[in-house]
Amino acid sequence: MGESGAGKSTLARVAAGLITPATGQVLLDGEPLAPIHRTREQHRRIQMVFQNPDSSLNPSHSIYRILSEGMLLHRTLGASGVRPSRAAITQRCLELLNMVGLSDADILSRRPQAFSGGQRQRIAIARTLAVNPDVLIADEPTSALDVSVQHEILDLLAALRQTQGLSLMLITHDLGVANALCDDIMVMRGGTSVVHKSTEEFFADPGPQYAQDLLAAASSVSITPQSV
Amino acid sequence: MKLSHDRLPSTLVAGVALLIAIVLAVLIIPLVSPYDPTAEDISSMLQPPSFAHPFGTDQLGRDLLVRVAAAGRVDLALMVGVELLPFIIGTAAGLIAGYYGGWPNRVITLLSDALIAFPFYLLVAVVAFVTGTGITGIFLTFLIMGWIIFARTVKGATASLAGAEWVESARVMGFSDASILVHQMLPNVLSQAVIVLVSDMVALLVAIVTLGYLGLGVTPPTPDWGTMIADGQSFLSTRWWVSTLPGCAVVLVGIALALIGDGLNDARRQS
Repeated sequence: MGESGAGKSTLARVAAGLITPATGQVLLDGEPLAPIHRTREQHRRIQMVFQNPDSSLNPSHSIYRILSEGMLLHRTLGASGVRPSRAAITQRCLELLNMVGLSDADILSRRPQAFSGGQRQRIAIARTLAVNPDVLIADEPTSALDVSVQHEILDLLAALRQTQGLSLMLITHDLGVANALCDDIMVMRGGTSVVHKSTEEFFADPGPQYAQDLLAAASSVSITPQSV
Repeated sequence: MKLSHDRLPSTLVAGVALLIAIVLAVLIIPLVSPYDPTAEDISSMLQPPSFAHPFGTDQLGRDLLVRVAAAGRVDLALMVGVELLPFIIGTAAGLIAGYYGGWPNRVITLLSDALIAFPFYLLVAVVAFVTGTGITGIFLTFLIMGWIIFARTVKGATASLAGAEWVESARVMGFSDASILVHQMLPNVLSQAVIVLVSDMVALLVAIVTLGYLGLGVTPPTPDWGTMIADGQSFLSTRWWVSTLPGCAVVLVGIALALIGDGLNDARRQS
């Protein structure tokens, strides 16, 4: 969490291997990761859902291709060394769409422009699930969506976190969402971590003045956990 | 750019139909005509269009219909062949410059700026001086100059997409830069490059014909529209068909390509 310009998205991009940090390193299960040029397996383990669903899917590719290219690259479908059949890929794509609440088989042949923002964000989440990641980074995944759709996407992320055993790194402005969805909260300001605590501890004692102000400001609006 | 038949722009349909008709004509006429495009017949010099010679004959008695068709084979094949390599090189250079920015962009921009500042027909004359007139000179000249327009178009389109989240998604997924360029970026910028390709072919055809007209292009006896126009220039006021009909062939191809270019542009905007 943190105000705009605090460095939340930058931190997410560093974790995802998109940019090189000025200092420090990214550890996954205690193992240091290269800033950008990671192994294929390291790429597979950390996936990211972006803020704007309108630009997060390749407009010239079908949904089938968008969902299948990751699983083919990382060979997460079928026996290793054997390219899965088109039928098997289609079946897996439909399973992935089902996981994110999309069930129309016609979806696979269509392109991203045919879908609403919420549907595109679901497809973007399905794409990440195709490679069985361990960590899912969600960079304000609902900020570009309607309020009603925001809740659906957050519900979906909460459910996937449980059913898929995903570690979720959620970037949000909404303390209520953080309270409902996260085990730990990190507040950032000016590119550094101001506080990093368990959610329970944070709400009991936010710590530094900036975190207190943030909590107070959120309380004056509402920090009631939403329906996630 | 994916098109469905029910919304193909009419300009595209008309352009493709016209181009197919022209290509079929230049392929079939030399096969079925009783005349050899290079065989001279002094007894039939400068005859006007007739049933025996629908386009008339030239100053050496050669049938102009079969010569226009044979020249079409040469010029159209040259146009496609000469454009293909610059298209591939320019598209690749534009992708690299647009995607990476930095020094690859600076090198490619500097090179293209330096080349584009060089007068085209002066370069033709220099290359023709080195290689001699003919197809090799045309090919080399267009190879040196032709890639620039594709590089600039594709560079701009690629740079505007390079920061898109779907590109970052592909990086997070672990795709290599080469794979991102070829499989992710190229499908999104190719349509613009193809539109430029079709438009550029019109300019290329005019340049090929102009070089033939100036005696720097295809060398006789190989038939070529530019050479034919130049050959008939002396008789233009009395034997109009010798220059005019090859010129009409050039105009028809130009119209077909312009219609295709417009149609592709319309289709791209629709999609």
